Amino acid sequence: MTMSTPPEIVGFHARRTARWHWAEFAFWTVLIGCGLLFPSRYLIMTEIVRLGLFALSLDLILGYAGIVSLGHAAFFGVGAYSAGLLALHGIVGEPVLALLVAGLAAAVLGFATSFLVIRGVDLTRLMVTLGIALLLEALAERFSDITGGTDGLQGIVMQPLLGLFEFDIFGKVGFWYTVAVLFVLFLLARRVVHSPFGLSLRAIRNNPLRASAVGIPVNARLVAIYTFAAFYAGIAGALFTQTTQLASLDVFSFERSADLILVLVLGGTGYLYGGLIGALVFKLLQETFSILTPQYWLFWIGLVLVVIVMIGRERLHRWVLFLPRSIARAVRSGKTAAGGAE
Amino acid sequence: MRIGRRTLLQAACVALAGAAPIAVAHAEDTVKIGLIVPMTSGQASTGKQIDNAVKLYMKQHGDTVAGKKIEVILKDDAAVPDNTKRLAQELIVNDKVNVIAGFGITPAALAAAPLATQAKVPEVVMAAGTSIITERSPYIVRTSFTLPQSSTVIGDWAAKNGIKKVVTLTSDYAPGNDALKAFKEHFIAGGGQIVEEVKVPLANPDFAPFLQRAKDAKPDAMFVFVPAGQGGNFMKQFAERGLDKSGIKVIGPGDVMDDDLLNSMGDAAIGVVTAHIYSAAHPSELNKQFVEAYKKDYGQRPGFMAVGGYDGIHLIYEALKKTGGKADGDSLIAAMKGMAWESPRGPISIDPETRDIVQNVYIRKVEKVDGELYNVEFDKVDAVKDPGKTKK
Repeated sequence: MTMSTPPEIVGFHARRTARWHWAEFAFWTVLIGCGLLFPSRYLIMTEIVRLGLFALSLDLILGYAGIVSLGHAAFFGVGAYSAGLLALHGIVGEPVLALLVAGLAAAVLGFATSFLVIRGVDLTRLMVTLGIALLLEALAERFSDITGGTDGLQGIVMQPLLGLFEFDIFGKVGFWYTVAVLFVLFLLARRVVHSPFGLSLRAIRNNPLRASAVGIPVNARLVAIYTFAAFYAGIAGALFTQTTQLASLDVFSFERSADLILVLVLGGTGYLYGGLIGALVFKLLQETFSILTPQYWLFWIGLVLVVIVMIGRERLHRWVLFLPRSIARAVRSGKTAAGGAE
Repeated sequence: MRIGRRTLLQAACVALAGAAPIAVAHAEDTVKIGLIVPMTSGQASTGKQIDNAVKLYMKQHGDTVAGKKIEVILKDDAAVPDNTKRLAQELIVNDKVNVIAGFGITPAALAAAPLATQAKVPEVVMAAGTSIITERSPYIVRTSFTLPQSSTVIGDWAAKNGIKKVVTLTSDYAPGNDALKAFKEHFIAGGGQIVEEVKVPLANPDFAPFLQRAKDAKPDAMFVFVPAGQGGNFMKQFAERGLDKSGIKVIGPGDVMDDDLLNSMGDAAIGVVTAHIYSAAHPSELNKQFVEAYKKDYGQRPGFMAVGGYDGIHLIYEALKKTGGKADGDSLIAAMKGMAWESPRGPISIDPETRDIVQNVYIRKVEKVDGELYNVEFDKVDAVKDPGKTKK
């Protein structure tokens, strides 16, 4: 904040970018519309929304604070097992409350491990996060009398949501519950990343040294956002357990963390929707290929990922949106009004 | 927000295009079977064998039974239980399958159990072998085996055949613990002694350190349970550590000597004695035909997982014949109870009380036959019910 950019101007720009864009309304409308239009696909849609929330969590640290992680499944797993154990032993019966408790458990772990993570640079961070996830997986396997080991937690029975809605076989309640949780957490995340706190994170991502030079407490901010993201991942994990009534060792698996990075590669980072869109594309690819070829779908998904990265996301967007955008342009030139928000 | 808008629109397009398909009309004269098995991941060999066997059976017996056309929908769960559950749920809700079948591992079979109960859809377990599975739903029927079936038999055999001290090495999950418990009871009751119990993790087994501990304990024999698919790796490390020359015998339920991998294990496997429900060398006419047909189509011999799949689809066919094509869950389960037939593995039946399989357990020794390794049967115990349940 030098003489040339007074606080009012910064504030003006911040508020302008924080304003809701019409496309965002469209996105959520489409999401809810999908829920109403395809009642037979609740389960896969629940999985997409859940993965989206999980990816949103990684985006918060990767896209906004520049912390790379290969072990984000650690928090997912802690959330999943917490929710499972809470329900199994009847400690917290009400799902929403249990969800919060599970999220907090993950946040505590996130806070504790954040001090390890902020010490290093990228490569060290990859190793540390990967290590923490592997550690937890091994612990969960070792203490199989608590976690059920390789067999997973068996016999989880969920109480009705808010005491009103029973989780049904079609996954309807599970889906709307997941969407509601995602929306609330999304609003919160949106508020956070557009706040001065969020802006300071971007400064740290772009240049930590300069950020600290202008007086941003770099480490404290990173600890805060890492803990916050861990809370999100824990919630995603808890949703997983609550909607599937399962928790097994693979909640900690390396594949889960690695898939998450693929999701963000597909969707893009640093604008909150990347995780949600990436999750959608990723799951649809997976679903399509595994229907076509149950044996070799991994090959095709690998191929598509390579191709997408080779072509580049930007160029793909241009191709996909060629038609809708030319229509939009025609409409706009017809109206000759002072155009949209671009 | 520039990226935002474009991508959001794109997402909307993809969502509409992708979520739309799959609303196949459900014809009244079709019976659908959802086959959920691991086709990828470490347990892939299980899924492939079952899939092959089911295809072979349908090729031999046609795809129409009691006036109904049989349609099998294959799904890969990669041996991850939450995948299994979702796939089972989607098969039941969307595809309206009449039967779900397959289930490569115990957690997968258990994950689907509540769905079978809720939707009244028979769940035919073709692979997973933990005793408790059939107790989790009145709609579960099993055509594979239970680990106590084979483990108790080998426990008795070991005690009677001069084996006094045993080290156990079992995979640390429900089937492994089942096998260990059943073996221990019978072996100790027969006068044997367990000198050391070693449990290895299921996910990434490196047997070397465990083998060293076992070697140091100097037992007469080593009781081994690892799931189908890991036996080859085990025997390789067993030979590398020189245990094959140390005079320690390998005994166990037959999973470790799976026909699928046996021939590639090398001479270290010769002399291994296991108790199991199927050997590709089972000397019956039916089995010879089965092995020949399987080899012809898939270029390898069938293992016990293939037989589980073959019998599973047979059971569904026969049940449909018995109900005259009625494919609701209750009729099918009622028809399946007590059914008995001749399988490639020998005579088998479904226990009407537990819906679990009753079958002969054979004691076999690995020998070289015509230059290939086979489990050659030399003794058997007739009609073994699941000991995990008969005790209760």
